[in-house]
Amino acid sequence: MPAVQETIEQVRSIDVDQYKYGFVTDVEMEKPAKGLTEDTVRYISAKKGEPEWMLEWRLDAYRRWLTMKEPDWARVSYDRVDYNDIYYYAAPKMNAAPKTLDEVDPEILRTYEKLGIPLREQEILAGVQTSRVAVDAVFDSVSVATTFKAELAKAGVIFMPISEALREHPELVRKYLGTVVPVTDNFFATLNSAVFSDGSFVYIPPGVRCPMELSTYFRINEKNTGQFERTLIIADKGSYVSYLEGCTAPQRDENQLHAAVVELVALDDAEIKYSTVQNWYPGDAEGRGGIYNFVTKRGDCRGRNSVITWTQVETGSAITWKYPSCILRGEGSRGEFYSIAISNGMQQVDSGTKMIHLGKNTTSRIISKGISAGRSQNTYRGLVSAHRKASGARNFTNCDSLLIGDRCGAHTVPYIESKNASAVFEHEATTSKISEDQLFYCQQRGLSAEEATALIVNGFVKDVLQKLPMEFAVEAQKLIAISLEGSVG
Amino acid sequence: MADIAMIKTAAETGLANLFAITKSLLPGDAAHREDAFRRFSERGLPHRRIEEWKYTDLRALLRDAAPFAGKPTEADIAAAEALDGPLTAIDSIEAVIVNGHLVRAPAALPPGVEIVPLREALGSGHPLLARMGAVGHAHDNAAYALNAAFMSDGAVIRIAAGTHVERPIHLRFLNTGATPFATATRVLVHVEVGASVTLLETHAGPGGVGYQPNGVVEMVVDDHAKVAHMRLNAEGSDALALSTLTARLGAKVAFDSFNLVAGTQVSRHQVYLAFAGEGSNAGIRGATMINGTQHADTTLVIDHAAPGCTSRELFKTVVDGQATGVFQGKIIVHSRAQKTDGRMMSAAVLLSEEGTMNNKPELEIFADDVQCAHGATCGQLDEDLLFYLRSRGLPLKEAEALLLESFLAEPIGEGIVHEDIAAALTGVIDGWLRARG
Repeated sequence: MPAVQETIEQVRSIDVDQYKYGFVTDVEMEKPAKGLTEDTVRYISAKKGEPEWMLEWRLDAYRRWLTMKEPDWARVSYDRVDYNDIYYYAAPKMNAAPKTLDEVDPEILRTYEKLGIPLREQEILAGVQTSRVAVDAVFDSVSVATTFKAELAKAGVIFMPISEALREHPELVRKYLGTVVPVTDNFFATLNSAVFSDGSFVYIPPGVRCPMELSTYFRINEKNTGQFERTLIIADKGSYVSYLEGCTAPQRDENQLHAAVVELVALDDAEIKYSTVQNWYPGDAEGRGGIYNFVTKRGDCRGRNSVITWTQVETGSAITWKYPSCILRGEGSRGEFYSIAISNGMQQVDSGTKMIHLGKNTTSRIISKGISAGRSQNTYRGLVSAHRKASGARNFTNCDSLLIGDRCGAHTVPYIESKNASAVFEHEATTSKISEDQLFYCQQRGLSAEEATALIVNGFVKDVLQKLPMEFAVEAQKLIAISLEGSVG
Repeated sequence: MADIAMIKTAAETGLANLFAITKSLLPGDAAHREDAFRRFSERGLPHRRIEEWKYTDLRALLRDAAPFAGKPTEADIAAAEALDGPLTAIDSIEAVIVNGHLVRAPAALPPGVEIVPLREALGSGHPLLARMGAVGHAHDNAAYALNAAFMSDGAVIRIAAGTHVERPIHLRFLNTGATPFATATRVLVHVEVGASVTLLETHAGPGGVGYQPNGVVEMVVDDHAKVAHMRLNAEGSDALALSTLTARLGAKVAFDSFNLVAGTQVSRHQVYLAFAGEGSNAGIRGATMINGTQHADTTLVIDHAAPGCTSRELFKTVVDGQATGVFQGKIIVHSRAQKTDGRMMSAAVLLSEEGTMNNKPELEIFADDVQCAHGATCGQLDEDLLFYLRSRGLPLKEAEALLLESFLAEPIGEGIVHEDIAAALTGVIDGWLRARG
């Protein structure tokens, strides 16, 4: 089914019109000088009122970062970032640390309203009547509001911006920070360690099932600014938490850097479910602008029978470089990765996962669905490895790609390394186009070509969508329809 | 990831010295060799930070570059020919290459078949040499570039248009010697329009000697031609064997290649296949059996540059002892290669606690109307099947051997139509399994 000219035109024109979160909020911001020096690191640390050890930690990371080289092994090409031409910190001037919502700049509140993110506790997500979600809203470099804190505290759950946690629970943060993603892990993680500004900190005490979904909404607003968030989630023995993450940014001609680090720690019998709907600005039809999304996400199944599940729907960003991983250390622990990555226009995605089987009888499952349209490149890159002691390890991987049009690319680069005879690994990958029979069948039943494509694609990604919390599943389904609109080829 | 200053290893320095000494003695275009050696030395011996060599760190594995073997004496030839391979019994057109030198060309050739020793072809500037290097992906590969710099002998084979060669052409690469030596052989095969041929390769050598063969076979297969290629690696126990097969296929070609690894301390077999014409079919298959501390690597790059081609890749690996198996396969589908059908499968069985298997099956796809799939599995023998066989009275080892044989023989059954050859290769598998005890 070769793409007709009309289709190509449509694909070309969609990206800009599609992105509905591209507005800019006009608030006065406070920023240090552009560029990165020790002073920038000190500035950020001082702004956050951090303890001395934290500053030292950051400075160590900074010095280490100076000796590192930007990785170039991913299948993405972009103009290198000038690390001295961006702001590393930007906070709304008025009330840098608001106590209540009334102290927050009304412009910012309106922004979140426009994005459909409920910051008032009585509000709930449109269309979902029963469930409540606690939200931590991060605006550029600072958290502007965190909802349901009091109610969560009753259950013993700590949910707050990480900068606040550094002041209120320094011992907890110090115990876990950097233990999953070491300071020296990789170029972007080290950069993040030096300059991270905000993000969420979650601690679920032993035996507690977190009473509601937790979520963080990241918004990049200011121009020439990088966002470096840091999230740390600890699920103590026998606890459970489901965490959602969403992100958007304004439409601009420049590329903006987003280099986050997410660390998850699951102790004995604990379970963490981490879901992302990533919808950063993808750039325009010609590939101008858009977010560089260079993210290090890793979960450590430290305890016996612990579970970490990553679910991601990736539709945004100009460049995505992201590999949410699981270290399966605890005996009988389980790691899961469900991903839908959709690329259109000039987007480039290099994403996947790592499942490192260290403990006995550890299991993992990878379901990855890549959809490329337009002139985009979509790569799945993953590692499954079993170490000597990982007897009885089990992995199943399925990564499918769907191509729409003949100017895009879909690539699969899996690494499967087994050092244990009793480890059983299965990997399968397929690439195909939307079957003409299926399209014909749907159209013959009265659907337009676009509706039919969306329907078939939704069927293609169903396994992943089912793993998303309900609030997100609805949004993700819509996103898929939007991202592919006009790309029938 | 700081920059690592490249320090030349002993082997790299050794190769540079060897090249300086031998280049004037080698036949053919010196500039060509210089160019090839420069391509190699710019990057040096590949190591694990080089993606294509991630699992086979040649810099660590090749400690010293052995000197290239001289022309064998009559006694050497006699000793080498005594290495009787299982394929020797096949009625064939036989050429013998000892220590990298073609010592015996076939006595009589059927009409339409031309075989010229490479040394002679290089010396006289044989017109077919222009067909060398037809598959671009191989050019910068270290093993290929080294071979191009040092190639001493081999053969240039031409099968004239429409010729159907009844008997297989058997190239016996035999090695002999008591101290480490290196060889660099090259075979160029041009199969013209509508011709068909079966090509056999046997590689054998002495045990206990760390010799270093590095062979390249290049095939240019024109439209409507048919090629069946079988290769047996039965090199000596301490050898470090590099081999490369390149094939450029025209339109409506049927191409099959099978590689059996049954020897060698370290082996790496590379296949670079390019579909240049429409509607061709290729099957690339192999079986690898390793134990002890052996290391066997199979690396494929299948380049679908033309529409409507089909490729099937099937590789089986059995790992025993502390051995390491590597499979890297890449299917590339260009945007004009619509209607491509590519399927790649790598399956491995680990028999011991200390074996390692690394699989990297890659897809790189730029066309939308294609079907591509790859699969990779790794595990141990199915307990239920073993139990079933044992409940029928088979001892454990025999039950294992039976399951392993059917596992390893699948690529033979799928691809090899010549019954005697299939039987001989299956015999090699049986022999290996019996030796397990």
